[in-house]
Amino acid sequence: MPKDHGIGASTKRREDVRFLTGRGRYTDDINLPGQAHACFVRSQVAHGRLNGVNTDAAAGMPGVIRVFTAGDFERVGGLPCGWQVTDRFGAVMQEPGHPVLATGKVRHVGDPIALVVAETYDQARDAAEAVVVDIEELEPVLDMKAALAEGAPKVHDELTSNLCYDWGFVEENREAVNKAFETAHHVTTLDLVNQRLVPNAMEPRVAIGDYDFATDDSTLYTTSQNPHVIRLLMGAFVLGIPEHKLRVVAPDVGGGFGSKIFHYAEEAAVTFAARHLRRPVKWTCTRSESFVTDAQGRDHVTRIELALDAEGHFQAIRTETYANMGAYLSTFAPSIPTWLHGTLMAGNYRTPLIYVNVKAVFTNTVPVDAYRGAGRPEATFQLERVIDKAAREMGMDPVELRRKNFITQFPYATPVAVEYDTGDYNATMDKLLEIADVAGFEARLAESKARGKLRGLGVNCYIEACGIAPSHLVGQLGARAGLYESATVRVNATGGLVVMTGSHSHGQGHETSFAQVVADMIGIPDNMVEIVHGDTANTPMGMGTYGSRSLAVGGSAMVKATNKIIAKARKIAAHLMEASPEDIELKDGRFTVAGTDKSVAWGDVTLAAYVPHNYPLDEIEPGLEETAFYDPNNFTYPAGAYACEVEVDPETGKVTVERFAAADDFGNIVNPMIVDGQVHGGIAQGIGQALLETTTYDEYGQLLSGSYMDYAMPRASDVPFYAVDHSCQTPCTHNPLGVKGCGEAGAIGSPPAVVNAVVDALQRAGHSHITHIDMPLTPSRVWAAMQG
Amino acid sequence: MTRVTMTVNGKAVSGEVEGRTLLSQFLREGLGLTGTHIGCDTSQCGACVVHVNGQDVKSCTTFALECEGAEVRTIEGMANPDGSLSTIQQAFQDHHGLQCGFCTPGMVMTASALLAKNPTPSEAEIRHYLEGNICRCTGYHNIVKAILAASGQDVSHLGHGDAVAAE
Repeated sequence: MPKDHGIGASTKRREDVRFLTGRGRYTDDINLPGQAHACFVRSQVAHGRLNGVNTDAAAGMPGVIRVFTAGDFERVGGLPCGWQVTDRFGAVMQEPGHPVLATGKVRHVGDPIALVVAETYDQARDAAEAVVVDIEELEPVLDMKAALAEGAPKVHDELTSNLCYDWGFVEENREAVNKAFETAHHVTTLDLVNQRLVPNAMEPRVAIGDYDFATDDSTLYTTSQNPHVIRLLMGAFVLGIPEHKLRVVAPDVGGGFGSKIFHYAEEAAVTFAARHLRRPVKWTCTRSESFVTDAQGRDHVTRIELALDAEGHFQAIRTETYANMGAYLSTFAPSIPTWLHGTLMAGNYRTPLIYVNVKAVFTNTVPVDAYRGAGRPEATFQLERVIDKAAREMGMDPVELRRKNFITQFPYATPVAVEYDTGDYNATMDKLLEIADVAGFEARLAESKARGKLRGLGVNCYIEACGIAPSHLVGQLGARAGLYESATVRVNATGGLVVMTGSHSHGQGHETSFAQVVADMIGIPDNMVEIVHGDTANTPMGMGTYGSRSLAVGGSAMVKATNKIIAKARKIAAHLMEASPEDIELKDGRFTVAGTDKSVAWGDVTLAAYVPHNYPLDEIEPGLEETAFYDPNNFTYPAGAYACEVEVDPETGKVTVERFAAADDFGNIVNPMIVDGQVHGGIAQGIGQALLETTTYDEYGQLLSGSYMDYAMPRASDVPFYAVDHSCQTPCTHNPLGVKGCGEAGAIGSPPAVVNAVVDALQRAGHSHITHIDMPLTPSRVWAAMQG
Repeated sequence: MTRVTMTVNGKAVSGEVEGRTLLSQFLREGLGLTGTHIGCDTSQCGACVVHVNGQDVKSCTTFALECEGAEVRTIEGMANPDGSLSTIQQAFQDHHGLQCGFCTPGMVMTASALLAKNPTPSEAEIRHYLEGNICRCTGYHNIVKAILAASGQDVSHLGHGDAVAAE
């Protein structure tokens, strides 16, 4: 029987009632008394010298309160970058300044130049159009390889070139890897593009600055995945406001997918403007503005080579990637193509020698940073594509080639510096073949053929590193932040609990699943536990939600704090029953003296803690509230196998995803329904990348795919029902819940499955020259490939 | 400024609007009904869908003045009279048809309009009808499933993981 409460139950989400009745409270739903409205004047050219900004006409427009330009921000710091990568020669990366408003030059379409504040949004918008900007256009830097050529125009004049860093990993292995390729029986080479994507959370970004003159307190309401990180970055590095005078609130947030991790200029600008004007200032992003300001994802150009012996054992992997940083370094941008990408290049396989080279490049485009999966989809895609290609070249079955090279002994130390704690890749592959009904493929192929359609099957594996990670380790790798998580558990006198977490929920359902964990530990109903998140004023310092870390890291902090509560409650119970704490057992919300029928209820103990009339005051303090910080000692390693079946229309090249199956190992599961939902969403984003989505700049650096009319978001009719399974469970060995994280798996595992399937369909139809098509596999690309 | 009068969720309302004021703006800013969301500026995402005289429309592409005298229904008016979730809302919760909740009001309004026209739609009809509603979280699986379930169709074959009641 499935569980009906606590850990392992598909408990209905308590969040849903407010979202289903229009009572959610998203940032744009907040309106403060006396609020003014902001509109940004943005660069309409990709690269230019900013010779002047004339605000005279705008300042006189109806309702205009103030027009801010870069000069107003002279005493303000720039937006900081949170990760410093060291290149393969031992030098630190080139790190340009990132002013709140463009200074001297504009560097991408959308770069903010001025901020108009007016009584209404329409007035601010009208006035923004009256700001006159004098820009001398410069040649834009767009193509990464051209950007690195001798004499190329520079995005940042103060840097020596457009190269941010040239990273080698593991640099000491470089020569050994090269040697392995010289002597290999077979080498498979694949050139590919992992195209730029726009994250497109459905809620556009919003920021409201507020300032209380009487107390000198600033408050920022913002659409963030990590309010504490924003408070630290904006307070300490940009505006010079100490944390105790700055509160950041991220209320209900409508999706993030990474794009709401970062500290953006607009947050600092409205907080600054509110202090200056002594009234709240609200900015709401339009979708068109999101397309040119939200950090974008992926954008790698890669060559991967795989060396194999005659039996198909992997001997070595060598990759070279150009990674687009865009015009400025977004908060965690440098870490994505390096530590979140290179460390995953072993995948699920025993490959003794690996060398990863990444050149990060500045261009006149929107900054690029983490997007769902962040580096791991890029690693998985190239590896799983090159393996498929190798299998074809060597006449081997792609599934058997993978199995032959699977890691089967754990823990396993990869040659790219990480140690997988647990996994069972054959088990997830077996489960996948079952739920995908691979045995029935031939019959479905025949049926498609009879209708004049091509059909293909693509299978691949993935592994990801989640729950980032030990602070001491990431510090060595260049992180300028710790990566722990926090929780405060406050027990009320009558037994209910409030858990204040540093994690942040923006669709993941933490209010439900976190409560399941704590309630289960005590043995009380879930609805006795309330989860509070998203406000620096009432949550302990925490690093927020990204990288599938919330349960693995934030949940572990919560377990640690709850264990402290239980330990203290046990002492109180022992006193109440005149027994020894060691003899006290907690089960189903009751404390019992072992081996007796003496017991007290959870509520008796919590009441005693706050009404300590009969209480061991000489041993313990009254009250029942504990805080814990949890710093993991390793990443977690979710892994799995995915299968996609496509039909291709030979006349038009249109690809239809007919079936999709995912077998994941996430370790232990708290709420299977929520986990299913996370995988579903990730798969749709992966299918979107594989077939539909791309970010296109023209030769002038204008974003052509800048709205939902041009950027092909997956719709309901673009995807099928998915078969997902997470019954293969090898629990994580180093966190108390044994959980691994599930938020990004779908987006990581699905793109190669789709592309493998399309190539398979085309190969089966006799197009033996087609070994790869770059994503998105639009009808025109597939059709063109079939003609070639 | 012009005065506009309409019925919203059964109540007569009126307000001063500019000619350019959109219905979505009037609902959110004029009436404080913030359940109607704005997710794009090209009438593509569908987070703003409401019913005007029983028809599902995108309120971001409808002027408030066009709705003079109209019956408007928003997500705030979708629950049963006793405040409990209506069948379609309950199906979304039971089948985890929402995650971040931002597209949800539009999804629910579109789905209820579909079911009013077509009480037992097929999977393909549902997916087609949702063409104008974008969700980035759910991959649509549980949205389509919720709508099938709300129409009384069996969804037990569409994967495990349905909700159990919270205690």
